[in-house]
Amino acid sequence: MNPIEKVTVQSVLDGFLNREVYLHLETTNGAYAVHRQESKMAVGAYIRNGRIRFGRGVITGDRPYRVGLKMELGWVYAEGLTDFEVDQEGRLLLAGHDEEGRLAVALELSLNPFEL
Amino acid sequence: MAQHVLVVFPHPDDETFGCGGTIALFTQSGIPVTYVCATLGQMGRNMGKPFFATRESLPHVREAELEKACQVLGIKHLIKLGLRDKMIEFEEPEALTSRFEQIIREVRPSLVLTHYPGYAVHPDHNALGEVTIRAISRLSADERPVVYAHAFARMCQEAIGPPDINNDISAVVDMKLAAIRAHRSQSQLMFGSKSSISRFLEQESFWTYRF
Repeated sequence: MNPIEKVTVQSVLDGFLNREVYLHLETTNGAYAVHRQESKMAVGAYIRNGRIRFGRGVITGDRPYRVGLKMELGWVYAEGLTDFEVDQEGRLLLAGHDEEGRLAVALELSLNPFEL
Repeated sequence: MAQHVLVVFPHPDDETFGCGGTIALFTQSGIPVTYVCATLGQMGRNMGKPFFATRESLPHVREAELEKACQVLGIKHLIKLGLRDKMIEFEEPEALTSRFEQIIREVRPSLVLTHYPGYAVHPDHNALGEVTIRAISRLSADERPVVYAHAFARMCQEAIGPPDINNDISAVVDMKLAAIRAHRSQSQLMFGSKSSISRFLEQESFWTYRF
């Protein structure tokens, strides 16, 4: 992955507009957050292979970035995104890494289902 | 019964950090070790330091690391169960328990290493330890292997007392360190501070599970 280039990511998002796409969205502070006394709660959520369609998709902010995808009946949102990759399969991988390089948030889009 | 050790953990690297020295002591003395690794740690948040894995490449990276660590520790038989990281506690328990009962009947271990249910911090650890112990409890008392359960929850000694098995791993510390290094994506972050690695290199403790 490389640091997010806003213009590049925006054009990749545009390529997914109005299509059936698969979404991976997650956030986590780690399963050991409480054990290591880094936090009072281990908090995380993920959805893998949510099928969505969005008519508007925007990246905004300045290091870290935010992404909002507007769907007919709702929204997808992520903040804290720092890095991106468009892989060989054309999937858009966005992630937010903390100062130690640990993944804290991810938003990914693909035309085909993500591997289980 | 011929000695054979079965190791059951959910994530690539659980075998190394918790029990790598103990496993190495067994394989060094010629005792075969079979490892059932239930997931590929797909949802881990450590991506290397500096990070080199992505959420999508991580399972492939960790699978290769797992194979290397097994080679280092002398584990000849690795069974990858193909479950998904974080989701073990949500699987249908009976199906999973039967699968383990079958594996245990095939491998016929004299000793099983797994997590102590309820005292192993990560929900996957607790769920898989519970399934393993439930499967073993279905065997008759004379077929049943000894179980060394690994616990590391902060309050575990208050609840289950002190561990009765305390293995000095100093003779195999280089092997354990090499296995830790093999799990590069997960361990690079720890090499920054001496204390976070050194606590894994002294001794390994287990509780003999009472059925």
